[in-house]
Amino acid sequence: MTKLGQWLCGLALLGSAWAVLALAPPGLQLPAPYRQALLPLPVYLLVAFGCYSLATVGYRLATFNDCEEAAAELQEHISTARADLRRRGLRF
Amino acid sequence: MAAGGADKFSVLLPTYNERENLPLVVWLLARTFQESGTNFEIIIIDDGSPDGTQEIAEQLEKIYGSDKIVMREIISILFPSGTAYIHGMKHATGNFIVIMDADLSHHVSLYFIKQKEGNFDIVSGTRYKGNGGVYGWDLKRKLISRGANFITQVLLRPGASDLTGSFRLYRKEVLQKLMEKCVSKGYVFQMEMIVRARQLGYTIGEVPISFVDRVYGESKLGGNEIVSFLKGLLTLFATT
Repeated sequence: MTKLGQWLCGLALLGSAWAVLALAPPGLQLPAPYRQALLPLPVYLLVAFGCYSLATVGYRLATFNDCEEAAAELQEHISTARADLRRRGLRF
Repeated sequence: MAAGGADKFSVLLPTYNERENLPLVVWLLARTFQESGTNFEIIIIDDGSPDGTQEIAEQLEKIYGSDKIVMREIISILFPSGTAYIHGMKHATGNFIVIMDADLSHHVSLYFIKQKEGNFDIVSGTRYKGNGGVYGWDLKRKLISRGANFITQVLLRPGASDLTGSFRLYRKEVLQKLMEKCVSKGYVFQMEMIVRARQLGYTIGEVPISFVDRVYGESKLGGNEIVSFLKGLLTLFATT
């Protein structure tokens, strides 16, 4: 199954569970407080996910390494390489 | 690490207008392999560069020997990444294939090669873990990179932290199998390889790499790239 398929199945499952519990017809209902709590749940989850995303990306952005030494090392390698290749007869 | 043994590494270097960078990359690779006593070859696949890349490659072939440097030319418009590798693999005689860019943005390191001792089918360089990282990136570029990677992780759950990097080591049979199955173009192709690899049950090891921004030449990251990345991502989401 594709990722899209997995997402659709998951959403269908959760969606129908939520619909049954939160929007159920009379006779098959949970007590009112539970239904009232369940009703806005999808929106809450969406907002929670949004916050999680922002926090995660922000954290990862802040901890993104800058490779100062790698850059310096590379410059060194480049000079060594050019000198050595010139010695071996490469015409740049 | 067993000196030589039966392992040989074929490095595939697709090039387009890399006249400045190519000799340096080759020198670095040759030195790294020679210092570790590993058998290697470098296959340069040039896409009809007008700047004399092929001429430089031929000089390098003379300097290092044509068992070590192999130059193949393909002429194609648009030059999708995959084609270069297909061509390159036909000539590869090693049992491990290293794929990397010829633009000096990947810091060649011995550690990367040793990592294969973990007996992974694929070893992938990551900028996001360990002491991997970037150099010369402004905040905007870092944000786009992390943002795109986050979306990718959520949608594809690929089991690797860096999908768009293209510094990778594959067992030859694994790469051949994946090339048959992958259909994308450009760097989405790199992403597809990892996603399919995980689906097929291959083991993927990760090694931190330093991505030093292009020393010569221009890097390409514009609005177009972002749009095509998203399109590619959604395609992968819907088809894998």
